[in-house]
Amino acid sequence: MAAQNFKHALFCAVITLVISYPILGLNLVAEGTSVGLEGATTGTVINVFLAAVAVFLFQLFRDNIMGIFGKVPNLNPLPKRGPVSQERRMLMERVFFVAIILFALLWPFIVSRGAVDLATLVLIYIMLALGLNVVVGLAGLLDLGYVAFYAVGAYTFALLSQYFGVSFWLALPIGALLAALFGFVLGFPVLRLRGDYLAIVTLGFGEIIRILLNNWTSLTGGPNGIGGIPDPTLFGMEFGRRVKEEGNVSFHETFGIAYSGEHKVIFLYLIALVLAIFTLLVIRRFMRMPVGRAWEALREDEIAARSLGLSRTAVKLSAFTIGAFFAGFAGTVFASKQGFISPESFVFLESAIILAIVVLGGMGSQVGVILAAIAVTILPELAREFSEYRMLIFGAAMVLMMVWRPQGLLPMRRIQIELKEQG
Amino acid sequence: MLEVQNLSMRFGGLLAVDQVSVDVQEHEIVSIIGPNGAGKTTVFNCISGFYKPTGGKILFRGQEIQGKPDYKISRLGMVRTFQHVRLFGKMTVVENLLVAQHRHLNTNLIAGLLKTPDYREREKKSLERARYWLERVGLIDMANWEAGNLAYGQQRRLEIARCMVTEPQLLMLDEPAAGLNPAETKELDQLIVSLKEDYNVSVLLIEHDMSLVMGISDRINVINQGRPLASGTPDEIRQNDDVIKAYLGEA
Repeated sequence: MAAQNFKHALFCAVITLVISYPILGLNLVAEGTSVGLEGATTGTVINVFLAAVAVFLFQLFRDNIMGIFGKVPNLNPLPKRGPVSQERRMLMERVFFVAIILFALLWPFIVSRGAVDLATLVLIYIMLALGLNVVVGLAGLLDLGYVAFYAVGAYTFALLSQYFGVSFWLALPIGALLAALFGFVLGFPVLRLRGDYLAIVTLGFGEIIRILLNNWTSLTGGPNGIGGIPDPTLFGMEFGRRVKEEGNVSFHETFGIAYSGEHKVIFLYLIALVLAIFTLLVIRRFMRMPVGRAWEALREDEIAARSLGLSRTAVKLSAFTIGAFFAGFAGTVFASKQGFISPESFVFLESAIILAIVVLGGMGSQVGVILAAIAVTILPELAREFSEYRMLIFGAAMVLMMVWRPQGLLPMRRIQIELKEQG
Repeated sequence: MLEVQNLSMRFGGLLAVDQVSVDVQEHEIVSIIGPNGAGKTTVFNCISGFYKPTGGKILFRGQEIQGKPDYKISRLGMVRTFQHVRLFGKMTVVENLLVAQHRHLNTNLIAGLLKTPDYREREKKSLERARYWLERVGLIDMANWEAGNLAYGQQRRLEIARCMVTEPQLLMLDEPAAGLNPAETKELDQLIVSLKEDYNVSVLLIEHDMSLVMGISDRINVINQGRPLASGTPDEIRQNDDVIKAYLGEA
């Protein structure tokens, strides 16, 4: 046992050296037109060796160290608690939602403009994650190209406003419906696919949309993106200092208050909040409806679902369409918030982040997904100084989560159904 | 009611089912028996639409159904269980029964979102039906358990209940007694007979447990190596020389 550990640890240390020494210990130096190789400072080399020693020691005593880690969850008081009854849990959940919503309503009036802007972004991610939760968490269809529908929503609004001067409120349903249509269309070729194959096709679909937007310069402006996307209006009242469109009035003049740039930000935040709550409630309802149960049945056992007369086509397409619909919502809000969009905003990394939110939150669990969306969006902002290490921290967080709570922050709980006794 | 005529199923060079004919009348329990690998489950898969048969006809109430998609066949009123239990493991027992009743529910999304009175009424009815069948198969106390946590015998019964809530005319059971102990097999025996007697459901049964088959079947079809070997009442089958040879080997 010990010998084996020693061998393994030595191997790990050597690998560490082999990988990190060329990367950190050797520097490329420009010498006129050619490039030369130069050793790094002694300090760096020493650090590389120290790292190798650290890896060696960790691997050598891994069992002991992991043993200590293993005791940590025991400090958590939650597992020792008895199961919470159905009514109590429903009550707690309701209280949680009401408290969150009240807090969210007050939020823009107590914090700075930057914080409100960030909160709007959080809400957009919540919408996206709740939508993807339908596809991945409930229907069990691994979708790696979800960002495509987000892009469709955003570009629909941007293009409609650029070419036809369509306002936010009209573009919102159009964007969502168009995204839903794209979801529907994508659904067809992937009906027969599952698991890895499905993931690859959806990944490809996401890239097709992004590359299309990037290259269709005459329509979308290509990499230059589209700017000047209008802000939403409130019953024909604009939030800018001066009215841009004929027939509109400005918000601050109507109410006779001084102009402030914050009004617009707060208004957008409130729109995002309302839409996020709408998303939450609609999907929550779906989950308790036959269609929601059909999604889950398909995830659990497709063959059994079909043998009971569930049409695979209808169930899969409805999941894709409804998921995409809410991504379209989020996209429209995003376009309005940024005022400028380009294909840069819709890269694969976005899909990966949204998927990570769903997985971290706990597949199928709405509360978990909301918490994860907040955490994943806010943490990078708080750790701005470490922004170079953002992906490193992100990866480490994922690994730690999978070790400690593979089922997610708050795994989905089944709804208990009261069966009335015949009396 | 169900008539299978000269059914053939070829997988590449392998003729898994060759000219098999089976028929099930109203109010009848018909069994298909045969050694392992004889093609019994393949026949089932063809009837229930999982495979598209390469030859022959399948008629359900006079309507040709061979090659139809599986979910459409089950909507006609023929549902099946599986050799290895296939439940929706992470869903609760009640939810398993509710999923099966999606056709009786108003599947209109808008009606569900708005909770129209009609929708509520249907949902109440399907809950009522689920409760009835849970009591019938003795799983009412586990209604809110995750189906995957049930004992094996209970899972078998739940699978049958899940078929029954769809109100089928023909129930196809693929080795329902596999993995059950003698007491459970006896309960199952009574349940199947009661399905026929009390709920007027015809049953097509694949089974290895001979005491079960002989006890409850009205007629038996024997298949060997994909070919029909014999058919008749349990007594006729018991005395058929070919069947004895196939099961016990050449003497």
